[in-house]
Parts: sequence; structure tokens; C-alpha cells
Amino acid sequence: MTFEAVVEVRLKAGVADPEGATIHVALCQLGMEQVREVHGGRMFRLSIDADDPETARRIATTAASGLLANPVLEDYTVEVSDRSSGGVAAEHGVVPQIRP
Amino acid sequence: MTARVGVVVFPGTNCEHDVVRSVRSVGAEAELVWGGQSQLGAVDAVVIPGGFAHGDYLRPGAIARISPIMAAVAAFAAEGGPVVGICNGFQVLTEAGLLPGALQRNAGLRFLCDTVSVTVCSDSSVLTRGAEPGSQLQLPVNHYEGRYVADVDTVRRLREEDRVVLRYVSNPNGSVDDIAGVTSEGRNVVGLMPHPERACDALLGSTDGAVLLRSLVDSELAG
Repeated sequence: MTFEAVVEVRLKAGVADPEGATIHVALCQLGMEQVREVHGGRMFRLSIDADDPETARRIATTAASGLLANPVLEDYTVEVSDRSSGGVAAEHGVVPQIRP
Repeated sequence: MTARVGVVVFPGTNCEHDVVRSVRSVGAEAELVWGGQSQLGAVDAVVIPGGFAHGDYLRPGAIARISPIMAAVAAFAAEGGPVVGICNGFQVLTEAGLLPGALQRNAGLRFLCDTVSVTVCSDSSVLTRGAEPGSQLQLPVNHYEGRYVADVDTVRRLREEDRVVLRYVSNPNGSVDDIAGVTSEGRNVVGLMPHPERACDALLGSTDGAVLLRSLVDSELAG
């Protein structure tokens, strides 16, 4: 089976984010003073051949911790869905995977 | 005996010839080593030069650090071999875990291209052992992702262990503790954002980089 894993990488809390701050200022200049904070990040979509969603998530988590995120600066989340059903597998929804 | 320096080249590296030329100008031999190779060959020191290895895709250094040559560089460093990463090379060494911390986009979100003053803070590393602690060097910087960051404990340890080798006199990029260069526990791996190889000829405005490269290649200084 083929699963789709979505890996989201973002800066850890407390790491300075000048890009987010700059975008925040720009949004305020556009009249959206209601926006309190902005934080950027990166999203990766991985199509993974695996027998079950657990295996797919394990592979995606290894990819996230070993390459996609820099553990010095970044956290990540991994979300796995079954491409054939088109939706997020209910019992394998958004699972925060913070590197130990 | 003349020291032989291996200068690592990845796709997108662009300072390798400057490093070769400057290393030769301080009396050593230099050869280019392709990142796809798995062997370093008979070299006495390794320099990972600046540029945009693998297009800086993902993060600067993130792809380069899994190149075949990096296993050989790590083994060379583990045996005490001198390894220096300049600019993008510094980013490669932090991604590879050979140096602590990471390099993020400059605080002002501007690409910096300037000559800056740095203070030599320690003469314990392979790159600074011939330099005078407290002396100031004029060196070019040329980077967008040069803001050195590390967690509080790491920065404290670097300070306590005398492993901050260079500090900016006037911090141009927001680096924590004004750090421009750090060294490993063994003092044989050094990473720095400024480019000493671009300051080895009076025609280029400064020869202050020569003392650093001479430190790297002078076997008498190695003790």
C-alpha cells in the first residue's frame, strides 16, 4: 500500500524567528492588526510504500528526525494518511513527534 | 615536511580555488577532493570551503553532510586530524554534528557582504594556534545564514572550555555571544563564518587571514 505522510517542520519555541516577525509586521501594515504572531515552517509530502500506517509513520519519522528537521533548532509533526481512502486514518491522526 | 591540505568540493561549492591558492601562499600543498569520493587520500588537513553545496537545498549543509566524503572527514577528525569549515563549510560541519550549534538566517534578514573585525579569543585551536589572543583581524564575510545559535548550556560550555575561537567586534548577524568561530572538544575541528582565504593578499585589502591558514598548515605550531 502507499501512504502519504505530511511532515511539518517548524522552529522550536524560543528560537528567534526573524522571518515570522517580518511577515507579522507586513500583515499589520496591510491592516490585519488582529494577527498576534506569525511563525513560518516547511511542509514535506512523502509517498511511502508500506504494509501498514505504523510502518509508514515510522519511516516518515525517521526521515524527519534524520534529515528534514535540524534537531538543534526545529521540531516536527508527522501525519500519515492512506492514499487509497483519501483521508487521515482515524487512529493515526496528527501525532506530535518531538525528537527525544 | 610540507603539509598537504585536502579541499573538499561539493556541487555548488565556489570558494575552493581561493582556498587552494591561499593555502599555497602560506607554503603548503593543496588538492581538491570531490565530495562523491569516499577516501580523503594522504592529507594532513581538510578544509571545507564556502559556497552553496547542493544548492543549500533543505538547509545549508543538510545534503552535503551525507555525501560519501563526509564519513571519511568524520573519521579523519575522530583521529585528531585538523578540519576547518569556512562559511558554508561551517554549516556543513554543524549539520554533520562535528561542531555544536547551528547557523540560521542573519538577524536582519539581509545577505551580508562586508569586511568585519573579529577578535581572536583562543589560541587553542588548529586554526588559531599561531594567532595572538586579543588581536583583531580584518576578514570578509559573505553570507545569508551566518547567525550562530546554540542552546544556553552549549554556549556556556563553549565559553568555559575556551572553544569560542573568534568573536565579532561589532556583531553583524545576531550570532549568540558574538560568536564568529568555534572549535571542537579536541580543538582540531574549527568552523568560522568569515573567509580567511579572501584575506591573504594585500591586493584584496587584508592579509589578516594568513595567520589562520598558516596555523593550520605549520607543523611546528602543531607541537
